[in-house]
Amino acid sequence: MNRYTVAVLVRNQFGVLNRVTSMFRRRQFNISALSVSETETNELSRITVVFDGEENNKQQLVNQLYKLPDVCSIKELTADNSLNCELMLIKLQNDPASREDIHSAAEAFKAETIDYTKDSIVLRVIGNSTKMDDFIALMRDFTILEICRTGTASIEKGSATLRQNLNL
Amino acid sequence: MLLSGSDILVKTLIEQGCDTVFGYPGGQILNVYDSLYKYQNEINHVLTAHEQGAAHAADGYARTTGKVGVVISTSGPGATNLVTGIATAYLDSIPMVAICGNVPTTQIGTDSFQEIDITGVTLPITKHNYFVGSVENLADTIREAFALAKSGRPGPVLIDVPKDVQIAKCEYEPQSPAKADEPYAAKDVRITEAAEIINSAERPFIYFGGGIITANAQDEMLALADKIDSPIGCSLMGLSAIPTDHPRFLGMQGMHGHYASSMSMHNADVIISLGVRFNDRVTGNRSKFAVGAKIVHIDVDGSELNKTVNSVCGLRGDVKLTLEKLLPLLNETKNPEWAKKVNAFREEEEKYLDNRDGLTPRRAILTLNRHLGENTAVCTDVGQHQMWSAQNLFFRTPRRFASSGGLGTMGYGFGAAIGAAYGTGERSVLVTGDGSFGMNLNELATAVRYNVPVVVLIMNNGVLGMVRQWQTLFYDKHYSNSVLERKTDFAAFARSFGADGEAVTTPEELDAALTRAFATDGPYIIDCKIDKDEFVLPMLPPGGSMDDIITKLEVQA
Repeated sequence: MNRYTVAVLVRNQFGVLNRVTSMFRRRQFNISALSVSETETNELSRITVVFDGEENNKQQLVNQLYKLPDVCSIKELTADNSLNCELMLIKLQNDPASREDIHSAAEAFKAETIDYTKDSIVLRVIGNSTKMDDFIALMRDFTILEICRTGTASIEKGSATLRQNLNL
Repeated sequence: MLLSGSDILVKTLIEQGCDTVFGYPGGQILNVYDSLYKYQNEINHVLTAHEQGAAHAADGYARTTGKVGVVISTSGPGATNLVTGIATAYLDSIPMVAICGNVPTTQIGTDSFQEIDITGVTLPITKHNYFVGSVENLADTIREAFALAKSGRPGPVLIDVPKDVQIAKCEYEPQSPAKADEPYAAKDVRITEAAEIINSAERPFIYFGGGIITANAQDEMLALADKIDSPIGCSLMGLSAIPTDHPRFLGMQGMHGHYASSMSMHNADVIISLGVRFNDRVTGNRSKFAVGAKIVHIDVDGSELNKTVNSVCGLRGDVKLTLEKLLPLLNETKNPEWAKKVNAFREEEEKYLDNRDGLTPRRAILTLNRHLGENTAVCTDVGQHQMWSAQNLFFRTPRRFASSGGLGTMGYGFGAAIGAAYGTGERSVLVTGDGSFGMNLNELATAVRYNVPVVVLIMNNGVLGMVRQWQTLFYDKHYSNSVLERKTDFAAFARSFGADGEAVTTPEELDAALTRAFATDGPYIIDCKIDKDEFVLPMLPPGGSMDDIITKLEVQA
């Protein structure tokens, strides 16, 4: 099983996310993260899909995406050709025994404290998905109250853009 | 000119070259029906007994003409009644535009009377669908839908039009019919690869499907077969593309395919697959499917390449254009050893042919063959009669066979046969079973009302024959809910609807009945009594391979 990241430009229309995710569901693709955002133009939205499977599953996923009329451009992003970043908010229980350890871990991960109460700490972590996973693993020693991750934002290195291969 | 949405809708259909639509009115589509009334000299509307019948009729019309079939329904139950018809068209890649009314936009999402989220419902069974939120977008949405329905791999597109959009007015300017996307050939590098593989073949086999009919690539395929000296087989959807008696044609493949066709594909070293999708009904157990063969696969839909069966060379592109580019790269060859082997399979198949006397299913279809004209479209429902038809019908002309291949929709046939009669402008034939016919026999009312010449041949065995066959073979003859035990007199039923019909029990009676049926101006029903324990053979058991094939001899033993 491999992990693949596919960036998709879609027509920014009502229900487009539903069309894409409905296809993933009915063809049983194993999606581990998905993010949607506005783009540099009003007409297009960008969907980033992180998907676990074999090469032929990935090819099938890309081919099925091609068939959706709202899909305008597709590109597979690899670690070599792209920059990936995710944001996580993690809420931990604040108790005197663990406070110090949490803070030093946060410092090592360049996590920022964005909320602090008597009972809770909220940290903001930015980086690639592995960094998030590692940080969560570390925090399991303490009491995690809540986690919220944005999913990966991916962009190609250099001047290449998804819009360059518009209208497949 | 300033027109209402409903006028624009009908004018745009006319502009797109649509001369016949099938449908059923209702509250939220009344404005469109008022416009259909207004423009009745320019567009013909056929009122069916049920929206499902209308959807199948649009499908039958599309299959026989190659044009986009159009169906219109009201909101809610009218729209949901289309679902099976749309799904049938989707699975068989049939170009269709379905238009539904809906409650006014201000009421959308409030569970109004007869409101349903039909774009949500049909999301997985359409190429695409549209909710038209304003009258300004209506004409262009319909144009886009037509283009989409017929582009690349065709399919159904649904347009949901709220009532206030039908009433609102805006400017309308007619345009020329929307064009399908320009077809393109596969990449040259892939074509070169494919040519190398095909040139190395000693036992080539051409396996084609509905894509050949859609792309109108029969001639290129036959040129290919001649050049590389290859036998040809097809899927159910490929039937009618080439004449049944073409010397290279071995017939349908798969679970109930012709023995020689299936065996040749199984023994081939290169399978050239054209516009097919290697459905499980064709391959059986995929790990044992044509193990020694290299598969070259040409399809306009790239997602079909390597979807279920791995090909050594997948070519995404229009099959006609791709074959045109491929042909000059191929060596003219003869494969006498292979031809000998294929002939041996043919001789073997002869032995399995059912030549019994009496009104056997095969004899019934062979009798029907004698009455079919060059241009007669034959439609089927789903089950044993469908397979007997696929195996034994004599095809002369492409687009003269319509059968629900992918979805396997019992109840498809009557609507489709009505649509086919409109599409061809000639008498059509429905071969059905008593089970399938029972599902949508209400459409006899439609055929009577419009005097549609449809010959209905019911293979009546009093049971759900295909279910029974499986129960006999795989469920210890537990005939659970497959014995109909009805007392329907189909001839009397025909008369009660204003048609004519008769029952037959011998081949001679059938022949005479068919003569009467083909001379009748309007629908005619023939209740053809056959035995309940007739089998469709050969049979490749589900999940089996060619080694497991059940032939007539083994079953009789």
